[in-house]
Amino acid sequence: MRMWFICRFCCPAAQSNSNPEWEAKVLEYFKGQLKEKESHSWVPSLNDVPLHYLKPNSLVKFRCLVQDMFDPEFYMGVYETVDPSTKANVLRCGKYKDVTECGVDLNSRNTVTAERQTFYCVPIPGEIPTVVSACQGKNQARVVPSTSYVPSRQKRSYEEDDDDMDTQPQKQREPHTGGKFGTVNGLPGAGRPRQETEAPSSQTTTPSDCSSHLDLNFPLPGERGPACLVKVYEGLDSFKLNDTLEIYGILSVNPVLTVLGEEKDPSLLLLNPTESMETPEEQRAHDPPASLVPRLHMLYARPLQHNNPLLPSAPTEDQSAFVSSFLVEMASVRAELLAYLTHVLLGDGLAAEYLLLHLISDVYTRRDVLPLGKFTLNLSGCPLNSYTERLYQIVQQLVPCSYRLSMSLHTMNSMRLVPKKDYVANRLVSGALQLARNTSLFLDETQLEQGQLDSSGVRNITALGNLISWQKVDYDFSYHQMEFPCNINVLVTSEGRSLLPSDCQVPLQPQVTPPNMEEYLTTIHMAQFTSQINKFRVYLSLARTLDYSISDEVTKAVEDDFVDMRKDDPQSVTAEDLHRMLVVARLLSLSLGQTTLSRDGWMRAKHIDMLRRSRTEQQKSLNGNEP
Amino acid sequence: MSSPTSTPGRRKRNRDDIPATPKSTAKAGSDGQVSPPSQRRRGQDSSNGDLPAMPTSPATDIASPAVHDTSLFSSPPQLYSLEVDMSSPLMYGTPSSRVEGTPRSGVGGTPARQRPDLGSIRKAPQVDLHSDADGAVASEQALGQKLVIWGTDVNVGTCKEKFQRFLQRFIDPTSNEDENAGLDLNEPLYMQKLEEISVVGEPVLNVNCSHVQSFDADLYRQLISYPQEVIPTFDMAVNELFFERFPDSILEHQIQVRPYNALKTRNMRSLNPEDIDQMITISGMVIRTSQLIPEMQEAFFQCQVCAFSTRVEVDRGRIAEPAVCRNCNTTHSLALIHNRSAFSDKQMIKVQESPDDMPAGQTPHTTIVYAHNDLVDKVQPGDRINITGIYRAVPMRENPRQSNVKSVYKTHIDVIHFRKTDEKRLHGLDEDSDQKLFTEERVQILKELASKPDVYDRLSSALAPSIYEHEDIKKGILLQLFGGTRKDFSQTGRGNFRAEVNILLCGDPGTSKSQLLQYVFNLVPRGQYTSGKGSSAVGLTAYVMKDPETKQLVLQTGALVLSDNGICCIDEFDKMSDSTRSVLHEVMEQQTLSIAKAGIICQLNARTSVLAAANPVESQWNPKKTTIENIQLPHTLLSRFDLIFLMLDPQDEAYDRRLAHHLVALYYQSEEQIEEEFLDMAVLKDYIAYARTYINPRLNEEASQALIEAYVDMRKIGSGRGMVSAYPRQLESLIRLAEAHAKVRFSDKVETIDVEEAKRLQREALKQSATDPRTGFVDISILTTGMSATARKRKEEVAQALKKMIQSKGKTPAMKYQQLFDDLRGQSEAAITKDMFEEALRALADEDYLTVTGKTVRLL
Repeated sequence: MRMWFICRFCCPAAQSNSNPEWEAKVLEYFKGQLKEKESHSWVPSLNDVPLHYLKPNSLVKFRCLVQDMFDPEFYMGVYETVDPSTKANVLRCGKYKDVTECGVDLNSRNTVTAERQTFYCVPIPGEIPTVVSACQGKNQARVVPSTSYVPSRQKRSYEEDDDDMDTQPQKQREPHTGGKFGTVNGLPGAGRPRQETEAPSSQTTTPSDCSSHLDLNFPLPGERGPACLVKVYEGLDSFKLNDTLEIYGILSVNPVLTVLGEEKDPSLLLLNPTESMETPEEQRAHDPPASLVPRLHMLYARPLQHNNPLLPSAPTEDQSAFVSSFLVEMASVRAELLAYLTHVLLGDGLAAEYLLLHLISDVYTRRDVLPLGKFTLNLSGCPLNSYTERLYQIVQQLVPCSYRLSMSLHTMNSMRLVPKKDYVANRLVSGALQLARNTSLFLDETQLEQGQLDSSGVRNITALGNLISWQKVDYDFSYHQMEFPCNINVLVTSEGRSLLPSDCQVPLQPQVTPPNMEEYLTTIHMAQFTSQINKFRVYLSLARTLDYSISDEVTKAVEDDFVDMRKDDPQSVTAEDLHRMLVVARLLSLSLGQTTLSRDGWMRAKHIDMLRRSRTEQQKSLNGNEP
Repeated sequence: MSSPTSTPGRRKRNRDDIPATPKSTAKAGSDGQVSPPSQRRRGQDSSNGDLPAMPTSPATDIASPAVHDTSLFSSPPQLYSLEVDMSSPLMYGTPSSRVEGTPRSGVGGTPARQRPDLGSIRKAPQVDLHSDADGAVASEQALGQKLVIWGTDVNVGTCKEKFQRFLQRFIDPTSNEDENAGLDLNEPLYMQKLEEISVVGEPVLNVNCSHVQSFDADLYRQLISYPQEVIPTFDMAVNELFFERFPDSILEHQIQVRPYNALKTRNMRSLNPEDIDQMITISGMVIRTSQLIPEMQEAFFQCQVCAFSTRVEVDRGRIAEPAVCRNCNTTHSLALIHNRSAFSDKQMIKVQESPDDMPAGQTPHTTIVYAHNDLVDKVQPGDRINITGIYRAVPMRENPRQSNVKSVYKTHIDVIHFRKTDEKRLHGLDEDSDQKLFTEERVQILKELASKPDVYDRLSSALAPSIYEHEDIKKGILLQLFGGTRKDFSQTGRGNFRAEVNILLCGDPGTSKSQLLQYVFNLVPRGQYTSGKGSSAVGLTAYVMKDPETKQLVLQTGALVLSDNGICCIDEFDKMSDSTRSVLHEVMEQQTLSIAKAGIICQLNARTSVLAAANPVESQWNPKKTTIENIQLPHTLLSRFDLIFLMLDPQDEAYDRRLAHHLVALYYQSEEQIEEEFLDMAVLKDYIAYARTYINPRLNEEASQALIEAYVDMRKIGSGRGMVSAYPRQLESLIRLAEAHAKVRFSDKVETIDVEEAKRLQREALKQSATDPRTGFVDISILTTGMSATARKRKEEVAQALKKMIQSKGKTPAMKYQQLFDDLRGQSEAAITKDMFEEALRALADEDYLTVTGKTVRLL
């Protein structure tokens, strides 16, 4: 197995550093090896394999989101140890390691101080179980005692696929090991309790019970999975907060790192100033037990364009081959998906069309403050009684990452949406809007009832409004705010017109009224084969990545058209409408696998926009007639 | 022993002591700059090298082996090496010496104060380089001065001399620092400061490192590289000099030198391992301060048997308890007496890098800073400060139960000097903090751009390229970004003149007003964006709140104060409540904010430009109504805007076509074009910053004539029709706009072309906003009094007609209201509305001609 080799490779390299270029060589070697076909699938992934099945100091990979960036730290890049028996000095390498060997000679003049930075990484928030299980399927890396081990992720996805209608199946499994982590002193990997813990299911829980229940700071409530402290050595500037990465690195779970459970000698604390400068909260956040939050020393990180396991991940030749082969199918898959969505949306074809466009939308660029390509959809007129919940489950099946925010008064008032810097613990406390790119955010406004929003509720609504209009979230740094651009697909379901801004509102016009909504939707859902669903998934992810352009000729036609429309009735068509129609035209073309706008495409876009507008106006006049 | 005069003797002794390890010294000296551990080694070497202990002061050290023992061998060797400090080369201010009260000569009875900011009091030996085999460093030194401090190339004597020379000779005629206010710039600067110290009695001398650098680059290099050794030498030098000059002055303790403005590092992000143990200056914002930590400097032990007392210096956080009483030889009889031990103050401060220094998309870094003694509690959370200090790295504490160590160092900064950058923002204009550093090339680029004849158009088109056309509005906003010249008339009693330009945009919804506001907010460094709907008066001004940590009342400033010297963008201006809006009256003309709440009465500066956007009341702009009627804002507020623009949807084909083209291009522009534009935004930012800081145009003769003419012309237009068409406010804003335009050109003089453009822009804005819909004339009184002159005239006419009619009716003391109205309507040719009728009645009532009671009208 590869990791065995790597283990052996690392150690001699670290010890005999006569050649200063060895570091670069190691990196090159790894990158080269990982480029080889299939090779990356041999590396076990932290996402699927529980920590105690992984060997310490072996190569692992981790698919994650950079949740927080800690301060840079200085470490001993090279140091000298003295063997107490032989008095022999040995030079050792401190890179890719947390802990030094015994008997460090701190006064050696050969010591080299180097700098690295720690990122706090969490699994990609809202990643659906199917992605996880699919990734597992692709990984042939089976780790040693695999016979007795049933991957928990698969179990979970099974539950969901089974449709036992529990939205949070993970609740059933209580963390049965809380409180023990701190005191574990045994050998790594031996008889350790399970590593995964749940994030507190609601962020209102007080952080004071941290001792028993370490807050792993996941952006979304109810998330689980290993969080990881990633030590980054190279290219610090190229990483940004909220990047999604696949990190290859060396796993370190040395129990020495567990400071938390350690009994502190109070007298030592008093006298040693270096210890007292960290608050307990800070220590808890920055040095969580390694058994819970493993350390990962990064060798190589690959930014993820998408986290759809069904697509080839790296932009290589085989991807373009894959794309071109799929392009042929595109139109037919689109038709199938449209039919499926039409069923789901109770026979409303237009709404289905718009939903499809929404699902492939993407902020492809920004012009000064204006994000281009966003397409927030407001589905109004949704039937009540858990229809939206079902709808979300279906959307969830189609996209790799999603989250449903039920906008009830209580959640809006109590939930933390915007990440906030906690200066006591010196970390960024995550919020539900800290999401990876292209995550589907499903805002369920039908849950909103009458009542009063308090100040935090107003802030949350403002944050959602900003997210929709500018695709940015202002993180709260207490003394100032910092703007982080994001790229989140927002779908708002509401009864009437949404109170949030949106790019496009489509009133749902159900063509069928099934007597039992639950049953109706379940049947539709069940009728789809997994292969079919997979095809849809590939389609949606792929359509988003296509390039798009517009020819001069069509530009001219669009301009003419706009002038004509304005001629008839200048009030009816504004610049904003043109903005929207251009986006619709773009998405429509992409959804058909066309990479340039054709006249037909433009006419179609105009046509469906016409239909939609006549529908909203109809709605308006209906409401106007109400007393 | 702290007195400098006693040092020569000691030095001599040292020379005899040390030559045992010359080789390692030389090496340490050359390795010294490389990394902290190797520097740290110096101290270790000195103790491992079986050197006799350095005598601290004759009284304690030589006489007491116990103390001697402490400083060298008491701690286990490994731990010992962890934090070995190099320290003052001379026993500057050791606690023991202070207590012993060594007799001094020149320095008089002034006690020295220890400097924990420079590390604990350990004596680094000096090395006689002459006995060195490879005296490479020595050759640089003068023959007579051969001693350098271990591990450095600092020679105490030379260094002292150089610094004294610096103090005596340094003159900076161009200095504009506020600290130097009141000093004669052509006299040696620091001698004046010493004089000040003798008068004020505050024994701290702040030294600007850039002065040192310009005076003696080598001294500066030494200061930066070996602050721990050099600063005490400076201290000594300055004290000698001071007490020579002012032998009679009494100070609390000896003068301490606090260097600041080291040019080494400016940004927290650029700190790296090479900066360890060097002097650095970084800027940042205080986010947390700890409680005061008393740090023991010297422990006091007393023997329980014979009451013999002894003192032990704390060495890197450790006290070595003497095991045997020297007096009675009892073992383990000494007990620590807390209240006779010496403590010093210490405070931990966390500093976060300021938002401007950060690359986009990353989180801010934080650094731990320790303040000592009188620097404790000098800063509060939220302060923006420049810190000068020594960067330290300390290995993590070794756990006695574990054999291996975490390979990470803890880093912090021992602060030497704080400088608040926002200190004076509430009071005066702080040029310092605003000054952006421009490189030569950058300035060249900007100047080149400025020399182009079409720079004005170029810049205005670079502004918010995603928003189509509205050229004049963009030009107006551009001038707002530059602002006028600040003038101070406080001596003549009028206070500051407003230099900021205020702009109001009104128009149909969906004409990208908000987008324009967002753009401006993102462009300027000190911009604030609020929405009228969501903000309250306190949110705009300031509010008092209880700090959750300290339970103190603190004044939290709102958007207007925060955007001091910047632009406050207020969206949905019309949705603002009246009470909130009333706050703006003061801000928009006097540029201050008065607050009287919770026992805090103060006036804050709010020199902010207001860029507001308002929607018409009827959701669509009604061209038949005046601006005031359309947006329903009080004219008192409107008249404070220099420019009011309408953003309407022009309905014409050519415009539509251009708009469509613009939008399509916006969506499908190629990557390179986008790149180009981003560059433009950066250039624009710098251009504005440069012009705001360095260009202060003044009116020249022709321009003032042109302004006078323009104003007279404006007044003339109206006088023909019997109305006032311009007020001094219009003249003032004309001046501001002309100045801003001169700034755009990087010109120090306001010339006629500036006035012309200002006139044009003002006319354009007035044409849009102050046109009387009834007559089609531009009528300034719509904005200044809320009513057009024709409307007023018409009102009078109706009143007169009504009076005439009543008079013609003869003596009827009372009339029915409705009937009178009908009669008037029947009589008049023009249509008369009920409003007009009522207004006429009110006018007549004001003349005491009649009274209206309910439905009847009585003559008086």
